[in-house]
Amino acid sequence: MSSEIQKILTTDGIPLEESLRKAEKKNKLKAFLLVCPLLLFLIITYVFPIGDMLFRSVDDRMVTNMLPKTYKAMENWDGKDLPDENVFEAFYLDYKKLVEEKTFGKLATQLNYEKNGFKSILKKLKRKMKKFEEGDYKEQIMSVHKRWANVEYWRALKRRAPAYSYSKYLKGIDMYEDENGKIVQVPEDRRVHKILWVRTVEVAFFVTVLCFLMAYPIAHLLATLPMKYSNLLMICVLLPFWTSLLVRTASWMILLQQQGIVNDFFVWIGLVSDDNRPEMMYNKTGTYVAMTQILLPFMVLPLYSVMKTISPSLMRAGKSLGGTPFIAFWKIYFPLTIPGIGAGCLLVFILAIGYYITPALVGGASGTLISNQIAFHMKSTLDWSFASAMGLMLLAGVLAIYWVYNKLVGVDNIKLG
Amino acid sequence: MALPKYTEPHYRIWHYFYLFICSCVFFFLIAPLFVIFPLSFNAEEFLVFSDGMKRLDPDAFSLRWYEDMIYGTKNPWGLAAKNSFIIALFATLGSVLLGTVAALGLSSRHMPYKGIIMAALISPMIVPLIISGVAIFFFMAKVGLAATHTGIVLAHIVLGTPFVVITVTATLSGFDHSVTRAAASLGSDPVNTFMKITLPLILPGVISGGLFAFVTSFDEVVVVLFLAGLDNTTIPIQMWTGLREQLSPTILAVATCLIVLSTLILVTAELLRRRSERIRGINR
Repeated sequence: MSSEIQKILTTDGIPLEESLRKAEKKNKLKAFLLVCPLLLFLIITYVFPIGDMLFRSVDDRMVTNMLPKTYKAMENWDGKDLPDENVFEAFYLDYKKLVEEKTFGKLATQLNYEKNGFKSILKKLKRKMKKFEEGDYKEQIMSVHKRWANVEYWRALKRRAPAYSYSKYLKGIDMYEDENGKIVQVPEDRRVHKILWVRTVEVAFFVTVLCFLMAYPIAHLLATLPMKYSNLLMICVLLPFWTSLLVRTASWMILLQQQGIVNDFFVWIGLVSDDNRPEMMYNKTGTYVAMTQILLPFMVLPLYSVMKTISPSLMRAGKSLGGTPFIAFWKIYFPLTIPGIGAGCLLVFILAIGYYITPALVGGASGTLISNQIAFHMKSTLDWSFASAMGLMLLAGVLAIYWVYNKLVGVDNIKLG
Repeated sequence: MALPKYTEPHYRIWHYFYLFICSCVFFFLIAPLFVIFPLSFNAEEFLVFSDGMKRLDPDAFSLRWYEDMIYGTKNPWGLAAKNSFIIALFATLGSVLLGTVAALGLSSRHMPYKGIIMAALISPMIVPLIISGVAIFFFMAKVGLAATHTGIVLAHIVLGTPFVVITVTATLSGFDHSVTRAAASLGSDPVNTFMKITLPLILPGVISGGLFAFVTSFDEVVVVLFLAGLDNTTIPIQMWTGLREQLSPTILAVATCLIVLSTLILVTAELLRRRSERIRGINR
């Protein structure tokens, strides 16, 4: 039947459909070309570096390349008892070469990440090695330090054999692969990272809840007040929003210090005695208080923009139909604000989970989060591959929430100010 | 917000309780900023209100910390301020340029995969700064731009563009495309149309996006901490170091200046937002 219909032609004789498709294609290309510069820029300076981080977090070729003979000799070692003479000899030859090239320090650092105590015995070996005689290296190496006769250290060495490994990820959740290749948890007293993950999620969750509880009433007030008053009050929300994060953290450091105003106030109302002022900073309390105040505007703004669209006549209708104000609020107003609640909570949670500056300044030891741990490994221990692995685990979590956010709210609905 | 006369007493009480809660939250939001002002004029070196200040004794107040900020010989604030402004300026220019052009493409109804691309372009705003910092540091170290102004500017362009993209697409969402078609039918080429018709109409959005980008760069510390060398120190870096080592009143003087600056930016942004809403015909 369709063949019977005459094709509509444009003036130059091309079927209209085709001509339209062509124009559409051209427009698509035009739009895409406009986005291209930014997209390319971000791919080069942002997406590619994050991919590089991923590579770094699994890349373990440094040790593999430093001890080629050792790992070749270790292939036949079952990992149960101490390795044979040929492994010791290979290790001696590899290490000797590293000492000659003066790169043995790097090996010591890397192996020390794997097992504490490697650094000192490697240094000792370097000193004693000069007097080594040819043959029976096993005895000679073992006589340098008793740890060289401990099979645990050789197992740790073997664990670093593969060129790529996910051991850093396991370390990030306090697990490791034991000699039988089974993934087990580290002893209970050394599970430091698990505490940090739990604390990060806990802080982010409670900060979100606190922000929600505080933001809801004021967003409601801002949305229902006449413009001239609400504009004035809006400044209270927007000024902190535009003010430097460091300035706001500094003001909390002044307020929460032991001789600070908050403590003065508590003493004045008789809540605490003057010589027994509580420590409110450098612990979790400080992190909670400061983060809640800093993230509050991010909750108020989405709530406000949703509440602004709810007509006040709906509440009046509810009341006129016999509902008490509370029922009218709960059954009519609250359900309508759920999109705003979702947007605000997800945004605050995402921001809180990756917070670094404020916990680092007011958090002390008990109030630091996973970000601080990443910074610590970047700056102090210089275990960059571990920092990358932790960062990527955090990133995976954030991206998952971001995906949910995008599904529920849509990124193009983010409101700023 | 006046209550009608027939309101029952317990709702009346509830209403005043609600207003009380709201005042507390507003106080919690804004009050911390105001502690900094008086303490920055403290004549003494301590960060608490001295007895003289409580009595409003004029001798207890002084400008010595502001003098220290400007003339102090050991203080790096001059260099830091210069670096901060230069970096923020170039980062803003870059962000506005790339962000506006991208927003134009994104707002076109012909744009393919709009959702995914938009989500990708906004992601630097969502990804925790520490991760962006680590990733960008590795990259800049690899291409030899670590500890240079260029490296920091590029990093800040990455962080600033999402804001420009968001504000400009928001402005363009109310944009009447028939005006550009009218211009085209009158013989104007696309560049001319953009400069003479589109740009003036979306300018408020562009400028407020630029303000966001400026503040983002000016206030950014995590990425700079990884990237900056001694010559690239910025105001946030100096504040960070100061807050970690010893909290001196000079920092409060700087903080006061920053609050004044952010107030100015807030007023500008608000005026622009209203103007933009008026232009787009959104009346509330």
